[in-house]
Amino acid sequence: MSAITTPTKPSNAAERAANGSAKWTDDRYHLAGGLRRQMNKVFPTHWSFLLGEIALYSFIVLLLSGTYLALFFDPSMEEVQYQGSFTNLRGIEMSRAYESTLEISFEVRGGLFARQVHHWAALLFMAAIVAHMLRNFFTGSFRRPREVNWVIGVVLFMLGALEGFAGYSLPDDLLSGSGLRIMSGLIMSIPVLGTWTHWLAFGGEYPGTEIIPRLYTLHILLIPGLLLALIAVHVGLVWYQKHTQFPGVRRKESNVVGVRIMPYFALKGGGFTMIVIGVTALMGGLFQINPVWNLGPYNASQVSAATVPDWYMAWTDGLLRIWPAWEVYLGDWMIPSTFVPFMMGLPMLCGLAAVYPWIERRLTKDYAHHNLLQRPRDVPVRTSLGMMAITYFMVTLITAGNDVIADKFHISLNAMVWFGRIGLLVLPPLAYVVTYRICLGLQRADREVLEHGVETGVIKRLPHGEFVEVHQPLGPVDDHGHPVPLAYQGAPVPKRMNKLGSAGAPVPGSLLKPDPAEESVALARAAQEEHAAVESNGEVPRDGAEGNGEVSQQSEDERAGYGARE
Amino acid sequence: MSNDNPSRPDEDLPTDEELGEMSRDELLRLGGKLDEVQIVEYPDPWPVKGTRAEKRAERVVAMWFGLAGLAGLAFVVVFLWWPYQYQPPNDPEAHFLYSLYTPLIGLTLGLSILGVGVGAIAYTKKFLPHEVVVQQRHDGGSSELDKQTAAAHLADAGGRSTIARRSMIKRSAGFGLGAFGLAAGVFALGGFIRDPWKDTENHEGLWHTRWQPENGEKVFLRRSTGDAHEISLVKPEDMEAGSMETVFPFRETDRHDEEALNEAMKSADSPVMLIRLRPDDATKVVKREGQEDFNFGDYYAYTKICSHLGCPTSLYEQQTNRILCPCHQSQFDALHYAKPIFGPATRALAQLPIAVDPETGYFYARGDFIEAVGPAFWERKS
Ligand code: HEM
Ligand code: FES
Repeated sequence: MSAITTPTKPSNAAERAANGSAKWTDDRYHLAGGLRRQMNKVFPTHWSFLLGEIALYSFIVLLLSGTYLALFFDPSMEEVQYQGSFTNLRGIEMSRAYESTLEISFEVRGGLFARQVHHWAALLFMAAIVAHMLRNFFTGSFRRPREVNWVIGVVLFMLGALEGFAGYSLPDDLLSGSGLRIMSGLIMSIPVLGTWTHWLAFGGEYPGTEIIPRLYTLHILLIPGLLLALIAVHVGLVWYQKHTQFPGVRRKESNVVGVRIMPYFALKGGGFTMIVIGVTALMGGLFQINPVWNLGPYNASQVSAATVPDWYMAWTDGLLRIWPAWEVYLGDWMIPSTFVPFMMGLPMLCGLAAVYPWIERRLTKDYAHHNLLQRPRDVPVRTSLGMMAITYFMVTLITAGNDVIADKFHISLNAMVWFGRIGLLVLPPLAYVVTYRICLGLQRADREVLEHGVETGVIKRLPHGEFVEVHQPLGPVDDHGHPVPLAYQGAPVPKRMNKLGSAGAPVPGSLLKPDPAEESVALARAAQEEHAAVESNGEVPRDGAEGNGEVSQQSEDERAGYGARE
Repeated sequence: MSNDNPSRPDEDLPTDEELGEMSRDELLRLGGKLDEVQIVEYPDPWPVKGTRAEKRAERVVAMWFGLAGLAGLAFVVVFLWWPYQYQPPNDPEAHFLYSLYTPLIGLTLGLSILGVGVGAIAYTKKFLPHEVVVQQRHDGGSSELDKQTAAAHLADAGGRSTIARRSMIKRSAGFGLGAFGLAAGVFALGGFIRDPWKDTENHEGLWHTRWQPENGEKVFLRRSTGDAHEISLVKPEDMEAGSMETVFPFRETDRHDEEALNEAMKSADSPVMLIRLRPDDATKVVKREGQEDFNFGDYYAYTKICSHLGCPTSLYEQQTNRILCPCHQSQFDALHYAKPIFGPATRALAQLPIAVDPETGYFYARGDFIEAVGPAFWERKS
């Protein structure tokens, strides 16, 4: 640590300038104290905490690429005859919106790249949101005091899907027009208000000329503004409330163990932002997406085969495909069958997701504050419910492609529809039962190791002929050499000898030759000494491993249910 | 020295002179202490200087940054000088070069920023101390002191303003604000409201389509040839048995009216499937009550707009006489007044009454559909 111990006087011009401007700013804004506090802020690290960051960074890509597109795109519904450079469509009548999408794709240098980046970033954004949501669900991070951020997350998912829908409707190609056609029908399906709402949104019968310019305003101003504001609150709350962490060495409900914002987190986060931008750029360049010029302009009498929306909307399409033809007639009125799965079902599903923290609280009576995360296996009921939801989602998603699957695998389409109908009823409960069993099995395996130690794979024959497997205890042993059972603390338990380092480490060196042995030995020894110094000066007691009383031991029936109550 | 953190008593803190004496390390730890941050591990990643491993780590990081630089320059070159303009495939070489443009700019731009990102992460991993730092949380409710003083402040504001006991003011303020809220809501929505039932008698509304005859003028069945100006009407002998054709409404008075022609082709309730059944299938037909004379011999005309959610039901299976909608796979039986036989659709496809004009020999519509076409809505009775 000697490198940071000697204060130096400003020596060169750059340093003097930096000091000067720091003083200038601090004199005016009184910043040093606040800045220090933020730089000192500690963030726990875990790979799964990166999922939300991916969503954030791909949103930045969306803002940048979208703003660029908006400078060229024209949402007008005016009829024009295409005379651009894409020969196949010359002379065809189309809307100005579709023409300007073609212009971006063929006439603007790098325009096609920008479009593809924008679309890939949208898919990545939604995928990251969903993955992030699942991580929060399965680890119980939505429990008190973080319920509000969970609700904001659900709203972000809905807004993101809506934003994506508005976005892919803009080019007015055959695919997007079909999506809009279906949305028009769904709006009309609302009891009492349906036709009025449709006339309000579309300005008349479908399609009219108003909807695309309106979607444009929603897509580039209103929804991104809401998304931006909600993302700011969401991330602000994480900052303010401090991030949760998994149980582990030194980690308690009352602290955060990790790295400080400055230097480690900032540099890593900055690097990661650039990686996400880089990956979307690679995808946008290398992988074609939504080649609207192959589909042609929208036309109410045509439809392209395999009409499916982007994946974050496709599952709703799957649900529409398998919903039975049940219509309700009430005298002079009716409730269309499509109302239930979409306009009623979607808000209900999202609402259910949004209030889940309160449902769970009701069931578990767990009103405590939680800053330590749970392992999914330790909360079998929640984990199984989550798997049930995922299964439901997967069945509807597969069903959204049932015509393609039927065609590719020569299955009858009607059989695929019935698979979807029955699957939706049978598979989610099945997933529940299977997951529940797996969770209990994993819990038992953890306890097994804590009681008996790690299986070494070494078989020993005792003098009287019995064969036993030798176990490596993880903690102290009693007088007979049997391990003293350890308490489960909610943290991963090593299951194989390699996890205890029995396989050693590879020899440092380049691909071609190893480093000089004396250097490697010296480095290893120095690192070990430093580590030992930390252990012995005992600045912080390593209480996590010995039980700090805050990670409570679970009783048998708690293990089978929602996990520990605090 | 000012103390911004009231929870730390001032006597713990060094004076300004003492501060001047402190080393950077001591200052860092002091800052941590003020923020309840304790650095537990802060190991020098390269405790032995000048090893081969350290030099290699340095080279790896520099290589990523170098790669980023080269890719960035390559991007500029490709972006500006590679042929970016569309080339049709009939010139294979030019088309090939053109088709590489987007992949190449994606690759170079992607690598240039990816290189910086990977380099920065590699630098973090190899050269920043892998610190382990513990910070206290202090979440949960505020201190009793803060809660009570804040509550007193609010209560005082309420009490001193005497608003609590002035119910006339409260009510009138509620009235004023409420009315403004209402006004704002009316303003926000008012401009959007249109009456869907204003045009019940013409094609702008839900009950009618452009097949509705006006002023006694016949509406003919027109096929789309791809050329908007070429008007091609349909005669019975144009179609083979077991075939289907998509047709649109056409009025003679619109022949030179560009806009009207366009509207008739584009409007979403116009497309109709004209089906000619095979003679032996035609004997099996079951007609719907009230539509017994809607067909012309073996020719049946159904709306192409799906009764589920309005997609064009564009697949006509000649063998089974089934009409299939590709959107959600609803299936309709063309021999059975196009009633739904599988899938989510609930209602039959509306049938258009057709006949052949004795003067010209072309198909025309004897009237509009007798029900609304397309997706269901609250106000429809059947
Ligand atoms: C401020 C933010 C945004 C702006 C200014 C913007 C702008 C645009 C514009 C002008 C288009 C039409 C041009 C075209 O289709 O090529 C478009 C398309 C699209 N947008 Fe956005 N957008 C933004 C954010 C988003 C977000 C957050 C999502 C998704 C969650 C999204 C998803 C899409 C999609 C899927 C398309 C269709 C792209 C395609 O043509 O293939 N956009 N956007
Ligand atoms: S729109 Fe035809 S089946 Fe849904």
